[in-house]
Amino acid sequence: MLTVLLILFPFISALIVFFTKGRLARNLALTFSVFEFIIALVAFVLFTHNPNLSILCFNHTWVQSLGISFSVSINGLSLLMILLTTFLVPLIILSSFNNLQELSSKFYGLILLMQMALVGVFAANDGFLFYVFWELALIPIYFICMLWGGENRAKITFKFFIYTLFGSLFMLVGLIYLYNHSGINGLKSWAIQDLYQAGRALNLDQQSAVFWLIFIAFAIKMPIFPFHTWQPNTYVNAPTQGTMLLAGIMLKMGTFGVIKWLLPIVPLALDKWGSTAIALSVIGIVYASCIAIAQKDFKRLIAYSSIAHVGLISAGILSANQQGVQGAIMQMLAHGVNVVGLFFIADILLRHTGTNEINKLGGIRNINPNFAVLFLIILLGSVALPLTNGFVGEFLLINGVYQFSPIAAAFAGLTVILGAVYMLRSYQQIMLGENKDSSFGVLASSEKLILVIICIVIIGLGVYPKPLNDIAEQASKDILINIK
Amino acid sequence: MKGLLIISGLGILAMLAEIFKFKKLLLPIVLLGIIAAFALNFLEWQTRLDISYFDNMISFDKLAIAFSGIILLTAFFWFILANNYFDKSSSLVDHFALVLFALVGALMLTAFKNMTTLFLGIEIMSIPLYVLAASKKEDLKSNEAGFKYLIMGSFASGFLLFGIALIYGACGTFDIMKMRMFIEHNATQLPLFFYVGVVLILIALLFKVSAAPFHFWAPDVYEGSPTLITALMSTIVKTAAFAAIFRLFSIGFGSISEVWTSALALIIAASLIIANFSAAMQSNVKRMLAFSSISHAGFMLMVILANIRTNISLDAIIYYSLAYSIGSISAFGILYNVSRKGNEDISAFNGLSKNNPLIALCMTLAMFSLAGIPITAGFFAKYFVFTTLIGTPYKWLLILAIITSAVGAYYYFKIVIAMYFNKSEDDAPLIIENSNKFVIIISTFLILAIGIFPSFVSEIFKF
Repeated sequence: MLTVLLILFPFISALIVFFTKGRLARNLALTFSVFEFIIALVAFVLFTHNPNLSILCFNHTWVQSLGISFSVSINGLSLLMILLTTFLVPLIILSSFNNLQELSSKFYGLILLMQMALVGVFAANDGFLFYVFWELALIPIYFICMLWGGENRAKITFKFFIYTLFGSLFMLVGLIYLYNHSGINGLKSWAIQDLYQAGRALNLDQQSAVFWLIFIAFAIKMPIFPFHTWQPNTYVNAPTQGTMLLAGIMLKMGTFGVIKWLLPIVPLALDKWGSTAIALSVIGIVYASCIAIAQKDFKRLIAYSSIAHVGLISAGILSANQQGVQGAIMQMLAHGVNVVGLFFIADILLRHTGTNEINKLGGIRNINPNFAVLFLIILLGSVALPLTNGFVGEFLLINGVYQFSPIAAAFAGLTVILGAVYMLRSYQQIMLGENKDSSFGVLASSEKLILVIICIVIIGLGVYPKPLNDIAEQASKDILINIK
Repeated sequence: MKGLLIISGLGILAMLAEIFKFKKLLLPIVLLGIIAAFALNFLEWQTRLDISYFDNMISFDKLAIAFSGIILLTAFFWFILANNYFDKSSSLVDHFALVLFALVGALMLTAFKNMTTLFLGIEIMSIPLYVLAASKKEDLKSNEAGFKYLIMGSFASGFLLFGIALIYGACGTFDIMKMRMFIEHNATQLPLFFYVGVVLILIALLFKVSAAPFHFWAPDVYEGSPTLITALMSTIVKTAAFAAIFRLFSIGFGSISEVWTSALALIIAASLIIANFSAAMQSNVKRMLAFSSISHAGFMLMVILANIRTNISLDAIIYYSLAYSIGSISAFGILYNVSRKGNEDISAFNGLSKNNPLIALCMTLAMFSLAGIPITAGFFAKYFVFTTLIGTPYKWLLILAIITSAVGAYYYFKIVIAMYFNKSEDDAPLIIENSNKFVIIISTFLILAIGIFPSFVSEIFKF
């Protein structure tokens, strides 16, 4: 029941927010999302005491003749993703408070709807339900990008939409194929365990087909090379909050999907095609890092750095070993927090100085040393310095990829070095040196609050990752049991 | 059968309305009649199977009842929409009578058991439509539409007759069940002209559902005809013609499916590709919906193709027809209201979210449904098609369907973008009469309701 509440609550709050106006809407949205986070924390506490509580599961028949049921539950993996979602959404809403023009209630309603769909994706235990939530998540973000985006939004958002829709339709076919092979005595079922069984009973050729059908959907969402072409433009053109939703949470739908809805289904195909997919991921890492180095626009730089990070995550998952998957889960959490922080910094820079171009900025540290410190912490988290949240995951990931193939690990490891290059260089140019633009001024209190919260999480999880790490470890074991 | 009789009676009654001066009462009478026909129709469902009439020329089995239910439901909505549409011209009564007669033809097409009834149904349905297409007398385009439709339609009727004659020559019967038996007994020694006949009939019927490459009339006729007549053509006519194809080919020619399935597969592929890519390039919404209806015809034909191998897709066909009819009637109802000022381009929808948020939301959902986005009815419709097709050798068609679906989303979303994103030239709020609002809201509600609870429909029509 608690899980249903987690899905339903944002939906109800979205409806309420749609019918309010002006400041009330945004304050309500913030309050609701904080409440949602508290519910998620309750789930977290309950889960750590006893992972098999019946209150965390819910199962009700939806379309009986087709074997579809509304089945949601919280396990380790989905709990972490839901925590990430519910933690980030309040911050994302708060980050809009300093926008120059006031945003309408529709904007906040859509964010909350998006949250509903995201929590649904992470909690779904039924293949069909998973697909429905997956598609539902696309619609609010489409409108958010479309209505509040930058100059070329129409064209760019369209590309994004068609791209992802295309991918998800392939996934639907893959899932239907599994469904048709599921069940005994002609009773087909969409339940996740039945799909797992159906997938493993297939032969190599069938598994390979299913693997690519489903993998393309996830690969587009993450995105990994060569399905990434929609991403940089969409990230740059979307409103800051939209970018945060896309990079912070929506991207995790892809990686989450690979862990829960791909690995355990097609073990044979993974043996055959895993190395190809890892190769694509690793190419993406190096390619995106090199482009990031050449970027002049800070927001675009973060967009490319995100491709590099997600490439490493996907390589870790596809190597299908304990370290790889566990590291991926940890890195998904860390990347979500860090990338939201970085995009928020880009937003602050843009609002305070009017530009995101690295060359035109400089010497902001002299004007606002506090901001410089906060920026530095987030940046170090993103380059995975020890004692920041990025370190645990990245270390495990490279370890996992190394077990799969040392060569792949060598190239994947480049992300650490190249990441440090583009991140530190942009920091140097933006924050240090001569003052090029003295208009930066002081931070508003809500801006400070967001940055401080993010920094606390970055350091906190870096120093003491144990509670989350334990859950991630158990979750990855649960998944890998199905493969071996 | 009683439903069919009631609708025929209504048609005659409508013609008398002008003489006996009860024009004002006509709409309530027609609506009540349709409800009665709908109810009586489903009462037969309860009783026995296959009561046939007129020496087994027509019979309302469950398939026929389901299809005529969809047609009557759409007709009910259509008459409410149409009430004010024909008010200005004095010919309301003629219009109503013609539509009712077309409806009779459509109902016959769902239930025929004999080639004669098939031909009668097609003609009864088509002849009123030729007139209706040209019913905007002063409009050049409307005249063109009527003329084109008439000439092309007559050709199709010619093909149909010729095909029927050839098949009669081979089998010696008009009765579909007898024909089927004959084919099964003499499978190896059928003369060549029998197969020619099958292909000719297929062409004639594909013309009626406007599948490519027999679709060239559709965009012009749809654009030229008055908007509501277009709505009629793309819902009722389509469903009826589709029901006819389904009955004739799945039941009549089912045992010689290898003759026509590969041709049908190619026709479906052509329909999907041509329709979707042409629709993406249209700026006139009616033209766009015309192409979109061609692509939906492709989807519905896919079910027939799959049904040859598996027998589970009956409810898929019913569901698809229902979802498509409701989505279309809602979209056309809104289009008709929006385009009152004469602008039928996508730009007519600019800023609708400000001028009338409720209708904009309804249009969004209708577009979602036609594009097949969950949790609307259209999504489950597509889903059912995919599930039936995945077990057949036509997997390449499935991949093609997916690709073209993504293209489909592109043009349906153009309208959504125009409504929410573009600014309109004047900010005058769009006022819609309550009757039209009623239809739009109810159909939107249905789109969501059968989208969220698809089992409701698929359980009822499980045969």
